[in-house]
Amino acid sequence: MAQILKMVVQRLALGLITLFVVSLIIFLGVELLPGDLTEAILGQAATPETVAAFRKELGLDLPAHTRYIQWLGGILQGDLGTSLANKREISELIGGRLANTLFLALMAAIIAVPLAVTLGVLAALYRNSWYDRMVNVVTLTSISFPEFFVAYILILFLAVKINLFPSLSNVSPDMDFWDRVYRVFLPALTLTLVVVAHMMRMTRASIINLLASPFIEMANLKGIKRGRIITHHALPNALAPIINVIVLNLAYLVVGVVVVEVVFVYPGLGQLLVDSVSKRDIPVVQSSCLIFAATYILLNLTADILSILTNPRLLHPR
Amino acid sequence: MGNFWKELKKAPISAKLGMLIIVVNAFVAIFAPIISPYGETEIVGSEFEPWSDTFLLGTDNLGRDMFTRMNYGARNTIGIAVLTTILAFLLGSLMGLLASTLGGWVDQLISRIVDILLAIPTLIFALLVLTIVGTEIPNVIACIAVIYSAPVFRLARAVSMNIVVLDFVEVARLRGEGTWWIIVKEVLPNSMPPLVAEFGLRFCFVFLVISALSFLGLGIQPPTADWGSMVRDNATLITYGDVTPLLPAAAIAVLTVGVNFVVDWFLYKTSGLRDDH
Amino acid sequence: MTTNNDSDARKGEVLLEMRGLRIEGNSEDQWHEIVHGVDVTLRRGEVLGLIGESGAGKSTIGIASMGYAKPGLRITDGTIMFDGMDLRKASETELRALRGSRIAYVAQSAAASFNPAHKLIDQYCETPVQHGVKPRAEAEKEAVVLYGRLRLPDPENIGYRYPHQVSGGQLQRAMTAMAMACQPDLIVFDEPTTALDVTTQIEVLAAIKDIVRLYHTAAIYITHDLAVVAQMADSIMVLRFGDTIEVGTAREMIESPKEEYTRQLLAVRTFRKEEEVSNEGLDPILKVENVTASYGGNVMVLKDVSVEIHKARTVAVVGESGSGKSTLARAITGLLPPLQGQVYYHGEPLPRALKQRNRDQLRRMQMIYQMPDTALNPRQKIRDVIGRPLEFYLGYKGAKKEERTRELLSMIEMEPDQYIDRQPLELSGGQKQRICIARCLAAEPELIICDEVTSALDQLVAEEILKLLQRLQDELRVSYMFITHDLATVKAIADEIVVMLLGEIVEQGPKDKVLAPPHHDYTELLLSSVPEMDPDWLDNILEHRRELESHLVGQRPPD
Repeated sequence: MAQILKMVVQRLALGLITLFVVSLIIFLGVELLPGDLTEAILGQAATPETVAAFRKELGLDLPAHTRYIQWLGGILQGDLGTSLANKREISELIGGRLANTLFLALMAAIIAVPLAVTLGVLAALYRNSWYDRMVNVVTLTSISFPEFFVAYILILFLAVKINLFPSLSNVSPDMDFWDRVYRVFLPALTLTLVVVAHMMRMTRASIINLLASPFIEMANLKGIKRGRIITHHALPNALAPIINVIVLNLAYLVVGVVVVEVVFVYPGLGQLLVDSVSKRDIPVVQSSCLIFAATYILLNLTADILSILTNPRLLHPR
Repeated sequence: MGNFWKELKKAPISAKLGMLIIVVNAFVAIFAPIISPYGETEIVGSEFEPWSDTFLLGTDNLGRDMFTRMNYGARNTIGIAVLTTILAFLLGSLMGLLASTLGGWVDQLISRIVDILLAIPTLIFALLVLTIVGTEIPNVIACIAVIYSAPVFRLARAVSMNIVVLDFVEVARLRGEGTWWIIVKEVLPNSMPPLVAEFGLRFCFVFLVISALSFLGLGIQPPTADWGSMVRDNATLITYGDVTPLLPAAAIAVLTVGVNFVVDWFLYKTSGLRDDH
Repeated sequence: MTTNNDSDARKGEVLLEMRGLRIEGNSEDQWHEIVHGVDVTLRRGEVLGLIGESGAGKSTIGIASMGYAKPGLRITDGTIMFDGMDLRKASETELRALRGSRIAYVAQSAAASFNPAHKLIDQYCETPVQHGVKPRAEAEKEAVVLYGRLRLPDPENIGYRYPHQVSGGQLQRAMTAMAMACQPDLIVFDEPTTALDVTTQIEVLAAIKDIVRLYHTAAIYITHDLAVVAQMADSIMVLRFGDTIEVGTAREMIESPKEEYTRQLLAVRTFRKEEEVSNEGLDPILKVENVTASYGGNVMVLKDVSVEIHKARTVAVVGESGSGKSTLARAITGLLPPLQGQVYYHGEPLPRALKQRNRDQLRRMQMIYQMPDTALNPRQKIRDVIGRPLEFYLGYKGAKKEERTRELLSMIEMEPDQYIDRQPLELSGGQKQRICIARCLAAEPELIICDEVTSALDQLVAEEILKLLQRLQDELRVSYMFITHDLATVKAIADEIVVMLLGEIVEQGPKDKVLAPPHHDYTELLLSSVPEMDPDWLDNILEHRRELESHLVGQRPPD
């Protein structure tokens, strides 16, 4: 048990270090700006006075390490600073949008995960059947589709031609739950379609890999029934790879959200990020990037730790 | 060469289709100025004109010919994606081969940097970097190339790690051969098949991410024609049930599908990835 | 658990009969026949040995007796009658009912064939419980009895361990116990000891032999080693390229084989090099002095090892896995610079690390590897493989290089015109190993380190390689350091022997002295573990072994 604990703690520490380095990159990236940030934003015409005032507002008159510590300290206390574009508190700006984004990602995950794992396992079990071949072609095709293509096709057919769902997913905080689900349905479906293909292919590959192990052949030669081989011999060993596939794809989903939100004009964090990038609203970009990166890192970390915790060789050390 | 045609004949229908798609796209990209009736940025009509004999696919939001823009879009979008992939590839595989052959601290250093690069989601990282350096085309290319060299590094390192431990590399070391000779003569020739397949796969990812950036308005900038931003510029038409804005998106999808089909077949032919044994 | 009196009474009755068995294998999307109409007859309580080199189809035939073909193979013709039932016509359900309960299988790699997620006893009990033969509690009790009979340590508790918590030799016995769980009529043993060290192999062999005898179980024993099968089988079937060469009782086969191929297999271990004069008064070309080495950490893989090698002599370094014999080669070549001690070449100290050695120092010492497949770059033609050292060390170019390459190919008995433009993939294992030898010779070395050079090869091919190496030594006066786990090879080729155990040298000296008694205890154990071509050898040796083992406790490699 001590060994497992050690490995888990190691991964956690590694995750934290990664997060720290990423925060450093996000912060220092801005420092690398050619010339001066203020000039870039305010333009050549700005007077020295406005530039000075702006610099003070951004805290650019302080040395870099002081600002980094202040920035990081602020973030840890939930203070993300203020937006350059509209002078609002970033935490206030992000709060509701983050919840919207998570709601969308969660909804996509709830549809995608069971669907993808079931279909992937089936494809592996009936390998080389017509079903498997079809799945291969279909998933390969849908992996190749840009998210906005899938999104617009859905809009064209489900919103414009038969008017089943709204083409814009404008939600507001006072909306009730089912209304929200209805409005989010198309973006969630888009994400699902995109992520299912990936998840299915990975599930299929890891199950096929597993079914080729000598111990599965041994179980066959022991005359064990097919159903029991799957549940008793394959599944306990398949857990780790499948969990890995799921979590990795959730991470992918969180990022895929950005484009989908823009297409459906959904008030999420991704949309805010894209807007802020066009406006070069750097504090907001920094904060949103940090949140996305942190989610991504944490999900990957979870995958890592879960696969340690489900490995029988590690669970029962010598 | 004869061998190639023989293999091609035996290839599944999907791979043949993929080849055809790639050839057609390459043709359009190369001969864009010849097959297009108008100039790339020429305004030739009013906004959003319907499909007609003069404007094969109608006109866009500024009154430029859609068909012409599609052809030039092929040239720009594919060209930039290919260039970016090549850069990512050179950088990533060179670093990977160096890391595995030299080992020790060189390997450690590059590997840790790559770990960090991979820990940040690609699109987010690209957005961050482009905010800082601006969205000029060379910046986009450099930024995406560096980001995508990370997974290439991973693969190149993993593949060559498996080769570096083989006895024939030890034979070369024992003979007293230098690092460069070992990389070029012993390791590289044996790493080629997975790296070639990876090139195809990476191209798809790069192509999709550049399209996504352009679609978001942060990649290839107007007035340069490019498939991603063409979707964005004309998206309003979809709400009227017009499929024209979907054409550039479909073009992206079709090319990616084609490349993926070919890569899938190639992987099946050359590597242990064939799963039936 | 009672012995199977019922089957005892019916002994002599035909249990399994395969007629005209044909099996095809799929490669490059095409089916090729790999077993061409083989007949097998097995009576109750009888052990049949299937023997042959790689590609003989022995495993495929053995496993076909369960009505099973591995993925990528298919049974295309013939009948498989098991106790009155035609397995080729049986349904999948009928076959599953048979497998595990009446026909059981013991695989080569027990480590891979046990499910890592379940305890040994759970995997043992699965067969009887799932087949409805006996309840869990009874099966568990029997497991303990069987574990004991197979001489597993702590039979009461070993079943409650997970596979990765048990050593290879023990796992192989646990797998035999698992196969016995339903007291099957037939067990198929598929090379069960091939992956084990000799001293472990003998224990597993003894355990299998005892248990099969005790329960009167019929068995098919598959192996490439005639001496092993002679211990286990009542009758032996020799196979080659999917055809039967010869069938007969074990004793007949060993004492009076009819076919030339069988005679060749039997003759494999009889090659001996001519005796040579002693080294006394001569300076060694290589002297390893008190070398200690480690792969990092506190574990020393080599401890204070000293060896001398003289001109035109062969020093064999023998040991089991973990003995440090290959590490010694790495320390000498500088791949693993020693922590302490020194390697001298013609009395001059060699730099410890490979990188500090000059080209001439590197040239004089060459190495041949175990796996000729991985020792040759698959992307280089034979011309380049042999040409590179000629160019690199000796500066040969153009016609001179070409001429010398051809000369070297002739030396290793390969037709230059036919092979010079081939790629390694087009060659057989033995041919590849010859190319590796030619590559060494191209450097015109004084010492060649041979690391298990024959262990990956079929026996007849291995024999040819040994003879070639010996001829080359006689002609070129080159010295060999011959690292091996195989004592038969040592007896054949060595002038001097170094016996290693856990990183230390336990005994060394001229061959005659080391091989003749009195032995060091471990040398004795090692020597006595090598199966001989005598059906009574195993029974005779076991008695003697028990005594020996009692005073060797704690001195053997952790198995």
